[in-house]
Amino acid sequence: MQAGLINSDTNFSKKPFLVKARPYLIMTPALLITIGILYPFFTAIFYSLTNYSFRATTFRFVGLKNWTQMFMEPEFWHAILVTGKYALATTGSEMLLGLGIALLLSKESKFTRLLRVLLIFPLMIAPVIATIIWQLMTNNSVGILEKFLNLFGVYNFPWASSAKTALLTATLIDVWVYAPFVILLILAGLQSLPKSPFEAAKIDGGSAWFTFRTLTLPMLKPFMYIALIFRLMASLQEFAIIFALTKGGPGNTLMNLSITGYTTGFAYLKFGESLPYVLTLWLIIYLISRKLVAKWLLVQKTAGGN
Amino acid sequence: MNAKIRRTSVSVVRNTLLTLYALFALFPIFWMVLITFKSDSEMYTTTFLFHPTLHNYKEVLLRTDYFQAFLDNIIVSSGAVLVSVLVGVPAAYALARYKFKGKEDLAFTILSFKFAPEILVILPLFMVYQALGIYDTYFGLIWVYQLITMPLLIWVVRGYFEDINVEIEQAAQLDGYPWHSVFLKILLPLIKPGLVAAGLLAFIFAWNSFTFPLLLSGFRIETVTVASLKYIASDTVHYGQMAVAATVAALPEVILALLIQKHLVRGLSFGAVKG
Repeated sequence: MQAGLINSDTNFSKKPFLVKARPYLIMTPALLITIGILYPFFTAIFYSLTNYSFRATTFRFVGLKNWTQMFMEPEFWHAILVTGKYALATTGSEMLLGLGIALLLSKESKFTRLLRVLLIFPLMIAPVIATIIWQLMTNNSVGILEKFLNLFGVYNFPWASSAKTALLTATLIDVWVYAPFVILLILAGLQSLPKSPFEAAKIDGGSAWFTFRTLTLPMLKPFMYIALIFRLMASLQEFAIIFALTKGGPGNTLMNLSITGYTTGFAYLKFGESLPYVLTLWLIIYLISRKLVAKWLLVQKTAGGN
Repeated sequence: MNAKIRRTSVSVVRNTLLTLYALFALFPIFWMVLITFKSDSEMYTTTFLFHPTLHNYKEVLLRTDYFQAFLDNIIVSSGAVLVSVLVGVPAAYALARYKFKGKEDLAFTILSFKFAPEILVILPLFMVYQALGIYDTYFGLIWVYQLITMPLLIWVVRGYFEDINVEIEQAAQLDGYPWHSVFLKILLPLIKPGLVAAGLLAFIFAWNSFTFPLLLSGFRIETVTVASLKYIASDTVHYGQMAVAATVAALPEVILALLIQKHLVRGLSFGAVKG
């Protein structure tokens, strides 16, 4: 707790109600606006127990039918698998690439200073727009990547149109957009590291790898956790890139929970049936984020040396 | 001698790897802008050398409603940021300066909005919006965009308030300034650079939003992220026009991002990393 908070908690009896209530009153508009928008979230649980459909005008209570039906659906388990694979492939590559590039960029030179500015460009571009750019790049009749691969004797590489390479293509786009996010965070961590332990290690003659493993990495952990939390939570529910790329196809190759929920609700108009999918997704994200945030608070303490 | 060779080779490897990554990160943008100037007929036959034309820009910006989508995007994104600043900055102040019951819980509740799956919010919201008659309106979009812009503003601006020494405030209060002039004349100027940066980043996030405008609007109001989809779906593909759509949607963000470089890491991490 930082020093110098205005304390409206102590001296209860002396303070008038309005002073005590002031922080709550100040926050009320912000909360009303956001909670107003989240109210439907709570109704989602109710509607997941009905057969509500955008096609019919009436609906009735069906109990757990939507839920049990979902668990028996092979499509559901497939969606879980795709969600996991996508999150692992994208977040994993972004963390590794992010750490590597951040380490390379941490050395001061004209080139690295310029690059630190330029690499934020992809990150600022909307994922949908990024997908369009990569569709142009990977297009087999006009795309520059096709021309490039031709040089190596590879013709008509299928990219997003084949079940074998669709995940790879989507991962490539995700990494293109979000790797700079991880780089920036880890780089900020590297630049905030204290100098003296590293000088001491150098004098002691520790190898570069030893210094990295025992000094750099532990001190970077809080920063890596922040990057991991943000990226994992977002990639578990990725919608824009997959939707713009193939709408979940080819076939059901890229149908993760978000896309399956969308398709069931908006394409098939089965609203009640679509909700268990997205509620499951929410539960997964909620549980993982709680675990990771707790872990982050822990490593922050350790890295801070307290 | 040996050490020198080693140092040189390390730096060669370093620069090669960085160059490769830079190519990966930047070439697609360069190429996208390049082919906006390429005519449909030259698209298949040329690579880097061709006769540049503004035809694609004319087609997209004058012959379609893409420019209208661009304006719509500005309206909903800046509207969303404005609302978030007006109600979020006082909330951030309360979280930074007051000690009260449930403070951290409230702060984390606001943060959790960011991690809520958008599609889960949208499904029920679609019904509510239809019932309230705010589906496909500026009001409706600005409202739902609060889930994107509000957590960012509150968390980042809270950090900037916490950075200000509370004694400055107390001194002003002792001098007899009322609370609102302390807030407006002393605190706000101090956090202004951070606030502007957070606002611009919130604007970028709102601008880039896709799922909300796709499912809660799309007929009367269309954002560029949604409008650009038409260029993917169309049967007669005009790749140059597709590139124009992407360029027009992307470049404002890239330029804004350059303005807020210094504050970017702090904003991106919601204040967790004070870069």
